Amino acid sequence: MDIAQNILLTIATAATPLLIAAIGELIVERSGVLNLGVEGMMVIGAVCGFAAAILTGNAWIGVLAGIAGGALLSLLFGFLTLSLATNQVATGLSLTLLGIGLSGLIGEGFVGQAGVRLPTLDLPVLTDIPLIGRLIFGQDPIFYMSIALTAGVMWFLFRTRAGLTLRSIGDNHKSAHALGIPVIRYRYLAVMFGGACAGLAGAHLSIVYTPQWVENMTAGRGWIALALVVFGSWRPWRVLAGAYLFGAVTIGQLHAQALGFGIPSQLLSSLPYLATIVVLVIISRDRRLTTINTPASLGQPFVPDR
Amino acid sequence: MKKLVLGLASALAIMVATSASAQDKYKACFIYLGPKTDGGWTQAHDIGRQYVEEKLGDKVETAYLENVPEGPDSQRAIERFARSGCGIIFTTSFGYMDPTLAVAEKFPDVKFEHATGYKTAPNVTTYNSRFYQGRYIIGQIAGKMSKTGVAGYIASFPIPEVVMGINGFLLGARSVNPDFKLKVVWVNTWHDAGKEADAAKALIDQGVDIITQHTDSAAPMQIAEERGIHAFGQAFDQIEAGPNAQLTAIMDTWGPYYVKKIEAAMDGTWKGGEQSWDGLAEGILQMAPYTNMPDDVKAMAEETEAKITSGELHPFTGPVNKQDGTVWLKDGEVSDDGTLLGMNFYVEGVDDKLPQ
Repeated sequence: MDIAQNILLTIATAATPLLIAAIGELIVERSGVLNLGVEGMMVIGAVCGFAAAILTGNAWIGVLAGIAGGALLSLLFGFLTLSLATNQVATGLSLTLLGIGLSGLIGEGFVGQAGVRLPTLDLPVLTDIPLIGRLIFGQDPIFYMSIALTAGVMWFLFRTRAGLTLRSIGDNHKSAHALGIPVIRYRYLAVMFGGACAGLAGAHLSIVYTPQWVENMTAGRGWIALALVVFGSWRPWRVLAGAYLFGAVTIGQLHAQALGFGIPSQLLSSLPYLATIVVLVIISRDRRLTTINTPASLGQPFVPDR
Repeated sequence: MKKLVLGLASALAIMVATSASAQDKYKACFIYLGPKTDGGWTQAHDIGRQYVEEKLGDKVETAYLENVPEGPDSQRAIERFARSGCGIIFTTSFGYMDPTLAVAEKFPDVKFEHATGYKTAPNVTTYNSRFYQGRYIIGQIAGKMSKTGVAGYIASFPIPEVVMGINGFLLGARSVNPDFKLKVVWVNTWHDAGKEADAAKALIDQGVDIITQHTDSAAPMQIAEERGIHAFGQAFDQIEAGPNAQLTAIMDTWGPYYVKKIEAAMDGTWKGGEQSWDGLAEGILQMAPYTNMPDDVKAMAEETEAKITSGELHPFTGPVNKQDGTVWLKDGEVSDDGTLLGMNFYVEGVDDKLPQ
């Protein structure tokens, strides 16, 4: 029966970076900003995290460095799109390109080195409970952070005044501005939160998932995180469901292949994408609810003086 | 607009690096598919280039272009090199085949070497490595070392090169354990550490106790180390990722070949239109030290390596049936290179349906 638990653990590991990056981007988009640079911030987080962990020998410093790296890169995005009001789509895309190139440069000396792994939680007795022990009490700390982050963001968005303000900015920044809300300041904070999350997600890859550095190791996970936000219709719990569904089908198809069902592997490889789209389309079929959740001023630059 | 240009420029990340240049030096140029530190295929080629610099010293100047996508973009890159005074150009990926030929036609005085392709011209030669020889050896080791009698194979794309590797591995394993089984998982990528790790975990969860791979990262080796099973390194000695897990590794060693061909180009003995397919005997393929195994298994592996090197043993020697049970090679018959290079079928015993 250990196999069931192992599979669930593998799914959780695969879903965690997607969830963290998507939750960060959700806050960014809820504030009305579209940052397509998730992949770039994530890969910068991965390389910064890996490098700092190796240099200090401490995985936790690596995690912090990953967060800082992602946040710093997002600050550049914030400066360009918020202070200079550049086109968000173009800036986000170039941020991804910049991140991939820059991370290769930073990481050049670290290729092939054995990384430092973040230890998993190990509670006597509790972790050894059959079936669920390791699943609940024996995972890596970033997994618990991802769950806490999702709950925290839900609470922040829908239960706090600041969350309400953030959503109002995303829906109509002109009205928010007219009410005296500091739109740009809120958006800066949201963008940096998104960057920090993407950085953390990247650090998870290079410190927990596969403790090593290889160029471009995010391999498109940032784009999947972006898609999860849209298909999750900007709601945290749906993003969580989407990330885990994606992870489950990804791991499930690998098991299906290893069992040898004779299903073409190309079809199996595309299943995670198909399944995520299908399920999220089904849960998003209520158009009215989807429209309510979509930030109305998403992607529009805000220039207060005009 | 400015930062867009800036971002694009840095992101294209096509960096031309030239060593200290002098007019009378012979210029050897390399086109790479990935970054030179990809930890796999491209890095092995770049180590070969560094070997050239080390061996030929002042006589040669090398240059390379990284991250050159296959297809029309590569033609521009190759042409740029041809114009810039390169005497010989190595294009190191299968997808550069037609672009290489197109540029070669325009520059008859420049010499071209294309890796893993099958088309040649008067000034284009192809080269490849007999990776299947190494696959056969690791298959034999797996056959001896596996307690469950089942190995896991993490495969990238269903191209002849990969299929040939799977068949070579299984034939090696079955030569010592006729009931040996092989589980194949296709990840449809060359390079995604996370996905390769997931595939390794899935295979191990299903009872596999030896992992081998035809993808580029050391992630499966790390997982093997973590779970306490064995694995084989790919393209590189990956002993650092798996000090207790790695049994041996198939190492791509292009350096000596590059030196040989550049020297030939310099003294005028280089020939076009050839197809070079070297292996263990020529040293283009090498095995990492045999570790983490009992002495008798090590002795067997060394003996097989010696036999393949001397030409006494060819991994694809009959009797071998195809997966559907029909005869492919009769008793004692040896496969010709053409069939191997275009291999699109499994041999008997592979527990997988070949993606078409």
